[in-house]
Parts: sequence; structure tokens; C-alpha cells
Amino acid sequence: MTILSFEDLRNKSLEENKSIYRIAEEEEALLSEITVDMVRIKVLEDLTAMKSAIKNGLKSTEKAISGWCGDDCDKLKKRYRVQGALFGKVFEKITAYALATAEENLRMGRIVACPTAGSCGIVPSVIVAVAEEKNIPETKQIDGLLTAGIIGLIVSNKVQLAGAVAGCQAECGVASSMAAGALVEMLGGSTDEILQAAALAMKNILGLTCDPVCGLVEVPCIKRNAFLGVHAVTAAELALCGVESKIPIDEIVDVLQRTGQLMSPLLKETSLGGLAKTKTALELEKVLFKQD
Amino acid sequence: MEQKSLFSVISPIMVGPSSSHTAGAVRLGLMAKNIYKNKFSKVKFVLYNSFATTGFGHGTDKGLLAGLLGYSVDDSLIKDIFNIVHDVQYSYDYVQDISRHPNSVDIIIDDTMKISGDSVGAGEIRINNIDGFDVNIKGTYDTLLLMYKDKPGMISEVADIIQRQRINIATLHCGRNAKGGVASMCIELDIPAGDDIVNEIKKLNDVFFVTNVRKLK
Repeated sequence: MTILSFEDLRNKSLEENKSIYRIAEEEEALLSEITVDMVRIKVLEDLTAMKSAIKNGLKSTEKAISGWCGDDCDKLKKRYRVQGALFGKVFEKITAYALATAEENLRMGRIVACPTAGSCGIVPSVIVAVAEEKNIPETKQIDGLLTAGIIGLIVSNKVQLAGAVAGCQAECGVASSMAAGALVEMLGGSTDEILQAAALAMKNILGLTCDPVCGLVEVPCIKRNAFLGVHAVTAAELALCGVESKIPIDEIVDVLQRTGQLMSPLLKETSLGGLAKTKTALELEKVLFKQD
Repeated sequence: MEQKSLFSVISPIMVGPSSSHTAGAVRLGLMAKNIYKNKFSKVKFVLYNSFATTGFGHGTDKGLLAGLLGYSVDDSLIKDIFNIVHDVQYSYDYVQDISRHPNSVDIIIDDTMKISGDSVGAGEIRINNIDGFDVNIKGTYDTLLLMYKDKPGMISEVADIIQRQRINIATLHCGRNAKGGVASMCIELDIPAGDDIVNEIKKLNDVFFVTNVRKLK
């Protein structure tokens, strides 16, 4: 991909009057030496796998290795059956789908890393929930996923998307930024609105650490997927009415990278600090390792 | 800056729970398999830093072994790999060493070859050392790997053999243990080098080892 910054992307989009997703698919075709149609087929494979993960996750209540997690989605479904979500059907589906996918992941089930496995519920939950509720056709969902992809890709040029390198801001945080961009694309927003949505979402998660309890992708990872799915919608709503981030997105990416460097190694997927060192976490650790 | 694919961000389709600690581990194992090529009966994995502290909860141990045995990142058998494997002796060591990448591993196969690599995020990996020699294999290209006596003219001789087959060299990476000692060369190619190229390079004077490392799917 020859586009290394969001400024490059914006300029190309405005100069050539092309949507961001179109630039993404054309650049990918060029790089991978395949046709644009083949790129879209590969994206569709990812989208289909995302939908299967949601479907499997919604059905299962199998617990994870730890025995603590795996049935939160089921609890949510039961509540929604009796009483719909306060914020309506889209909210209901995003929270349920994000939990379903994240729980499927911790069972060592089949999911799509987007950008990582720990953050695998965010982009799919937003795309699939909104598509279902707003009757958005598959081809527009592919456009959304392509948009999400190029957003994550540009960030990854400056920051490795791994909790161990830059904390959760580089995983769930970037996923939320990608989902915000995808959502604006699916709702017919402009290039600037897409980039603003991505910027707003990213700015709000700076500093998010990666402190999983007992080193498992469970606490706080699973529920964070639901939170940051909804978070992406907030960013999209703001961007679609013309709210702008005062700090340009490329500079936010720089901050994300530097914040990752400044973050203590104790808070970067080592489980040596944060939630992982709370009294309760240490007790859980004792129980867990005794079982083994 | 190196160009990356969109599918480095919205893939792989994989079994959970962690792209760096599970899929990355499987891919490191697969890459080691592609490098070692032979059957083996014994393997030791040395896990560093975050791989060591949180690897257990992410299935890193299972992923590394499954990869080395050829399972792909989305194979749902990975979670049961310890119940499946009986004919290979495997062990794990856990080490903290801040000079290494946060997600790093040494894979020691049959006490004969030591392959070191990192999981650099989103399932992407890098093999950076084989038997003490710096290499740079990311698994995104077919790579020709050779060890030879450090002396003038080797790069040009090898490049000439590749060029005659009209294969384009994407990247070239060299290292050595000492001047006039043993050197290594990693050549990423746009299309895989055939056995004819490997055999021709083998015939060059002072080439100790040459192999063709296939890229990951």
C-alpha cells in the first residue's frame, strides 16, 4: 500500500474523487497482484467468517479455560428477550454480537482477527448490527470492511497493533476507530466524515492499557469489545453531523505510538500490573493455577 | 517504508484467543517447519517475556507445537493438540529477557537447529535468527536461505544464478559471525526459486547450506 498516512489517503480521495474503500481495494489489488474483484471476494470471506463467529457465539454458553467467562452474551440475550435495550435494536445487537464473538474467541473458536483476536468483536458487531437493522446490502458491508481495513493499516504503519507493544489502545482502541470509519462509510458519509469518525474514536481511547487478569483474554477483554463497539457509534454520530477532531488523525496516531512507548511494560500484556495485580485477580490466579 | 497488505489487518481467520499469542505462535511454528523441513522427534520451545508470562492463557504453547506440526491458524484441533500428539517429545522453558522482543521464542528442534523469532502483532511474525545467524524471514515471500564462507563476490554469484531464471529479488539480507567466518544470506523472491536454483547454488564453492523456505499461506 503506497498510502502511508491519513493525509495521503484524504488527498488521494479528494483529488481523484474516489471513496476510501475504492482506494483501499485498488491499492490492495496492486500490492497483492490480484484483481479488485478478488480483493472483494477475500473481504467477503472475512465478513462471512465474522458472521459465522457471531452465530456460533450466540448459540454457545461453553466456558473458557478459567471457568469464569463464556455466558455473558447469553445473559444479555435473556434480558433483551424480556426487555429490549434502552438505546434500541442497534445497541442491542452491537453489544450481543460483540460479546458473542469475543466469547467464541476465548473458547479457541474460529474468529477473524480485526485487527487482533482480542479485539475481534468490535468491527463485526458494528457492521453486522447496523447492516441488519438498516437493511444495508452485502456489497456496502464489504465497502465498510475495506474502509476499516485501510484505517487499521495506516495506523499499523506507525504502531504495531499488539497489546504487548502499545497496550489495548493499539488493539480494541484501533478496532473502535476502524469500526467508526466503517459505519460512516456504510451510512453514506464523506471521506472527511469517515476520517473524523476514526479520529474521534481513536482520540478517546489513548492510554488504554493491556492488563489481562491471569494473562487470559477474558477480563477485561470480552466486555471491552461490547463497550468499544458502542463507542464507535458515538464517534460516527458525531462525525456525521460535522463534529471535528481539533487534532488531526495523523497526529493522534503519533500520540498513540508515543503513549505506547511511555506505557510501563507492566501494563502491556505481561499481567504484571493493573487489573491483573488486584487482590481479587491474585486470588483468581491462585485458584486457577491450583486447578492445573 | 515497506508496503503492507490490508489483510494483515482484517485477517487472519483463526482460532482464538490472541492474534499475537495464538495465531502468531502457530505461524512461528509453521515457519520453523518450513525452515527445518525434516521429520523430528523432539522439540524445545523457549518462551520470552510476554510469551512466557501470559502464553499459557493464550494457548501460545499449543499454537507453537501445532504450527510446527503443520496445523493452520484456523484449525479447530489446535485446542486439543496435547491430546493428539504422541510421537513427538516436547517441552517448554519460560524466560524473562528484556533484550528480546516482548513476544519472542526459540524453537530448538532435535537438538540440532535453533530457530528464533518474534510475533510482532496482528498475527505477523519474523524469524530473526537461525543457529546464531541473523536472518530476516517474515513468511510473506518465498525466501532463499544460505550459509557460506564470508568472502568477496558471493552475493553477486548467487544473484547471478537467480537473475538467469528471471526471478526478481524483493529484499536481500546478509549477516556474518566474523570477517572471513560463516555468513548468512536471506533472499526474498517474488516467485519461488526452483530446485534447479538451489542445486546450482549448492555447487558454488564455500556454500555450506542452502534451502528454499516457502512463504506462509
